[in-house]
Amino acid sequence: MSFEQILFYVFSSFLVLSAGAVVTLRNPVHSALALVLAFFNSAALWMMLEAEFLAITLVLVYVGAVMVLFLFVVMMLDINIARMREGFAQLLPIGIVVAVLMFGVMYQVYNGDRFAPGDMPVPTPHAADYENTRELGLQLYTTYVFPFELAAVVLLLAIVAAIALTLRRREGTKYQAPEKQVVTRREDRVRLVKVPSEARK
Amino acid sequence: MVALSDYLTVGAILFCISMAGVFINRKNLIILLMCIELMLLAVNINFIAFSHFLGDSAGQVFVFFILTVAAAEAAIGLAILVVLFRNKRSINVDDLDTLKG
Repeated sequence: MSFEQILFYVFSSFLVLSAGAVVTLRNPVHSALALVLAFFNSAALWMMLEAEFLAITLVLVYVGAVMVLFLFVVMMLDINIARMREGFAQLLPIGIVVAVLMFGVMYQVYNGDRFAPGDMPVPTPHAADYENTRELGLQLYTTYVFPFELAAVVLLLAIVAAIALTLRRREGTKYQAPEKQVVTRREDRVRLVKVPSEARK
Repeated sequence: MVALSDYLTVGAILFCISMAGVFINRKNLIILLMCIELMLLAVNINFIAFSHFLGDSAGQVFVFFILTVAAAEAAIGLAILVVLFRNKRSINVDDLDTLKG
């Protein structure tokens, strides 16, 4: 067994184990942390497939941003775990049967001759001066420039939607109203009062 | 030598685990969202494996877009979850019966 194979089996077994932990652990915080481990292991697998840029992106964007968001939400909400686990034992066999059936169907497709090393040989590794980021950037900014812009719009949409959904005005808090501040004229605010002077007593 | 079918099998196992997770944890909305993330990860592993073995970087571009959309989906999904919790004080799927569906 070559070193590459050992690495592959280590990373993929950790990936599968942590995925199993995500779906079976009691505490949602532990599930989120197991998901972080799964993302790290699949980033290592992507590194083995010479997709270095995406592997780093997965760690930065997913582990650094999305999973932190998940953890924040899980810890902020007061979740009744015991009620959530109702029916776990009854649903477990159904879940296992569905997973095994589905894997059987997929395995029929994957295990044919089409994806075996004979028909799909392992490509020679790239030379040391090959840059995955440059290659991906060339593709993104030439062939796929319009989808790239659309992706930016989707992200903007997500920002606007997330803020608009969670924004709320609480009773009793004081807010500035910039639109009213801007249209205010001098006459609305300043009142000159003529105060007659009096002699000191 | 790690063959393409090995990577595809890992992707398939991951997808099946997350599918089973949707069935098992069907009351907990936040675990359901995590299972969707795992499914997208399994699909991405397939895309990158094919991209590597076919020598075509278009697969990696596609994974880039999937990551973008998945991040947007997670942000909006969690925002909806927070609003839901604020209104119902619960994220149990059984409590979401306002529409009598």
